[in-house]
Amino acid sequence: MMTRSLCLLLGAHIALSMLGAFSISTIAHAQTGKVTVVTSFSKDVTGPIKTAFEKAYPGANLDVQNRNTNAGVKYLQETKANNQVDLFWASAPDAFEVLKSNKLLQAYKIKATGIPDKVGSYPINDPEGYYFGFAASGYGIMWNTRYMQSKKLPEPKEWEDLLKAEYFDHTAIAAPSRSGTTHLTIETILQGEGWEKGWRTLRLMAGNFRQVTERSFGVPEGVNSGQFGIGIVIDFFGFSSQASGFPVKFVYPTVTTLVPANVAVVANAPNKAGAEAFVEFLLSPAGQEVLLDPGIRRLPVIPAVYDKPAAAGLPNPFKDKTLGARVKFDVDLSEKRTNVVDALYDQTITFQHEALKAATKAVHEAEAKLAKKDNPQGRALVKEARDLIAAMPVTEAEVATDAVAKAFTGGKEPGARQAELEQKWAAFAKERYAQARDKAEQAGKLAR
Amino acid sequence: MAQVSAIPRLRRAASGATAGQVAAALAIAAFLILFLAWPVAQVMIAAFQPKGGGGFTLVNFADFFATELFVRSFWNSLYVSGMAVLVATLISLPLAYITSRFEFRGTMLIQTLGVVPLIMPPFVGAVAMGLLFGRNGTVNLLLEDYFGITIPFMEGLNGVVFVQAIHYFPFILINLSTALANIDRSMEEAAQSLGCSGFRLFRRIVFPLAMPGYVAGAALVFIKVFDDLATPLLLNVKDMLAPQAYLRVTSIGIADPMGYVISVVLIVFSLLSMWASSFALRGRDYATTQRGGGGLDRRRLSGPQAVLAYGVVIFILLLVLAPHIGLTLLSFATVWSFSPLPDAFTLAHYARVFDESAVYMKNTVLYAGLAAGIDILLGIAIAYLVLRTKLVGRQWLDYGAMAALAVPGVVLGIGYLRSYYGITLPGGVPLATLWIVIVLALAVRRLPYALRACMAALQQVSVALEEAGENLGATRLRVIRRIVVPLMTGGILAGFVTSFATAAVELSATIMLVQSNADAPLTYGLYVFMQSPAGRGPGAALGIIAVILVAACTLASHLLIERHRRRSGGLR
Repeated sequence: MMTRSLCLLLGAHIALSMLGAFSISTIAHAQTGKVTVVTSFSKDVTGPIKTAFEKAYPGANLDVQNRNTNAGVKYLQETKANNQVDLFWASAPDAFEVLKSNKLLQAYKIKATGIPDKVGSYPINDPEGYYFGFAASGYGIMWNTRYMQSKKLPEPKEWEDLLKAEYFDHTAIAAPSRSGTTHLTIETILQGEGWEKGWRTLRLMAGNFRQVTERSFGVPEGVNSGQFGIGIVIDFFGFSSQASGFPVKFVYPTVTTLVPANVAVVANAPNKAGAEAFVEFLLSPAGQEVLLDPGIRRLPVIPAVYDKPAAAGLPNPFKDKTLGARVKFDVDLSEKRTNVVDALYDQTITFQHEALKAATKAVHEAEAKLAKKDNPQGRALVKEARDLIAAMPVTEAEVATDAVAKAFTGGKEPGARQAELEQKWAAFAKERYAQARDKAEQAGKLAR
Repeated sequence: MAQVSAIPRLRRAASGATAGQVAAALAIAAFLILFLAWPVAQVMIAAFQPKGGGGFTLVNFADFFATELFVRSFWNSLYVSGMAVLVATLISLPLAYITSRFEFRGTMLIQTLGVVPLIMPPFVGAVAMGLLFGRNGTVNLLLEDYFGITIPFMEGLNGVVFVQAIHYFPFILINLSTALANIDRSMEEAAQSLGCSGFRLFRRIVFPLAMPGYVAGAALVFIKVFDDLATPLLLNVKDMLAPQAYLRVTSIGIADPMGYVISVVLIVFSLLSMWASSFALRGRDYATTQRGGGGLDRRRLSGPQAVLAYGVVIFILLLVLAPHIGLTLLSFATVWSFSPLPDAFTLAHYARVFDESAVYMKNTVLYAGLAAGIDILLGIAIAYLVLRTKLVGRQWLDYGAMAALAVPGVVLGIGYLRSYYGITLPGGVPLATLWIVIVLALAVRRLPYALRACMAALQQVSVALEEAGENLGATRLRVIRRIVVPLMTGGILAGFVTSFATAAVELSATIMLVQSNADAPLTYGLYVFMQSPAGRGPGAALGIIAVILVAACTLASHLLIERHRRRSGGLR
């Protein structure tokens, strides 16, 4: 019966793998031209590029392994002793910085021409030549038009709009610790507005959130299906959702940063020549044109490609100088405090969201009442409540100290433990949110 | 009960363990150590190391209990698991009762459809649920239009309870139905002749006799919900233990030990609840000697009874199959956004996945089939060793296998890479890249399901039957092959089906281990699609293909067993 044949099969395989009966080889010898790439990009992106690449380089075979960015980095770290991967291909420059500092990338000098040094204020390629930008992306706000119509909400334009009472419970974001792209959005706001003011904006905005999702794609998915109205997303999610027919719109706020999505050759690549060929293809005009595909819609890094008819509707950052130029993005600063910023966000916002929302709701209600019947004491209380919501457990200078930074490196150095600091920050925020709610409720009573 | 006198004799017979039993126990222990304990220990060791590395410390556990978030998560997880068992029982009791108690058409259909909720493909299942029951899903949009109200089905902890109960009640349904089918009819007749009938008969006689099956199912639901991270995350509930462990382990650059500390807590608590559930059955004997009688006496439904019964069954099936109905709509939908139904329908998504789905389907059936096969072999062996022998430490085989339930898939995946990537085959290919490693990971992750089913089945088999066989001169092995296993058939099938169905939609360990598209199962293909707006439809189409594939395999194995049973002449 079935069980018996299963048993035989199983026996054979266990014998194979455990007793070392390696003479029966199940190994597929790497054929010439097989290029293995680990990527976080969806099939909509990799499919057309794979087809175009294999057409341009007959005999080449692009083997795509999909993993999200974090899993991809972890995978390369765990398998470095016997690396089988030629290329790493993903959005977040941070991930490439991690790989570079782990010596898991191979430097390469590109031959492709026609690529400017910078997009917005961000350098397109790694100055040391370990990874290369192939497409630019900016962060912005997308919304579902049917949802907005039904709830009678105006279209948001700037980050500040999302702080307004009318958007309470309608917006979503991915947690920065879970999404490299959101992390950069957060860091952009922090660098653009400064530490204290930036966190104030982030906290007050988060008080209005419907959800803090744990996947980047959870946000556009929710907006597309109408589970929430507004999402803070990277541009191509907005553009490709539109191209797929969903009733959504996208806008870049003034404070945004254009950041390149990247590709890199992995150190000790089994097919180094093939990997380099792929990088060159991606950075050639032919490769760049594939980015205009309706399922991809990313901003090419070669300015000339924007003249193609298929580029209609895409903003051209090389012409439109306002785009992403406001913030001088400091990559080093961002990389140094990545973990601390993510942990601060998670501990004071993601995991305290209920308390934060309750405080925010109380503030909105108090203000609505004060608008009807003004009361100076009430106004003062609301201001106090807002300050409590925005209060930070650590200053920017403290975050930059070794004592804090080393708690998050996870191993070698003794000192404060991450869990200790996190509990301290979470307790700080929770207490302030409860106080803020009390103040706001008092203010509401005064206005009656 | 009738066989009480037989027990002492067996005890004598089994007091000395045979060489075969010891060998089997050692082989199973080796399997569990190689493919569960060792890889997991490679990762989990961080939980016991002080910051700075090296040495041993429990300070991380002190941090766990000092952190408000983790303590809150613990109580939330406990609440959700308990409530989910309750709701799942309410769903499965009527279905099991009606199908095993009455002459009811479509029993086979219910038993097959009852498994379908377990086959919830990752990601698309969540989207489909949201589109139906979400805040702006079909049900709530209609309710708001007509009545101006909305019901928060999928909000907060109670939302998790609702979705978990719908998702995992088949564990109870399958094990309970199997147990009911194995009850000795003479017990029921004895009660009836003493004047007991109706619901009292069910409450006092029938249900208690089916306890092993119910407890097996309920324990699985409890532990599974306690350890499950997919559903809370899909409902965006993060303050539960399993999601916390997952978020910690997978956030990059954070090599801190808390994720592993939480995993250790999960494992310990799961084992504790296993141990507690064995108390529920302690000191009682559930075995019956008369087999093959088809279980309880089935009676005809009167007119109004039939209407009621069909009404209840149809209502429950509609409820529990709603996600799959939503998934079907999604797979044919062009655009479905903030509206009760999709804007228009198309076949394009199926056309898009058609080419590549063949290889995914083949891999899925192969991997899940092999894994489930391994699981029932191990399940039967462990059940036999634990219940029928006196080997020292035999309980630990059971506990060890059940611990797999609490190991997050991603921890197992990383553990495999860490343990087996360094071992290379001739030609330089790492051992961990062979597809058989995916099968082993699936087998380890789904072993608990098959094991619980096999345990429950063996508990209902009377020792007297085995002794009769041995008295007639059969060897121990022959008795197992010719008597024990055939009598356990129902339970083995239940175990195979649950292991197979859930292995077919596993993703979290698989995604760490898949090395190329040619070796990928359906869920991986689905994951690849579900990262982009245009991939939603094709992803749903692939999800439907997975559901149909697994359901078809389930039905086929039911039919196979039924035919086998009929051929062996046991059925009336």
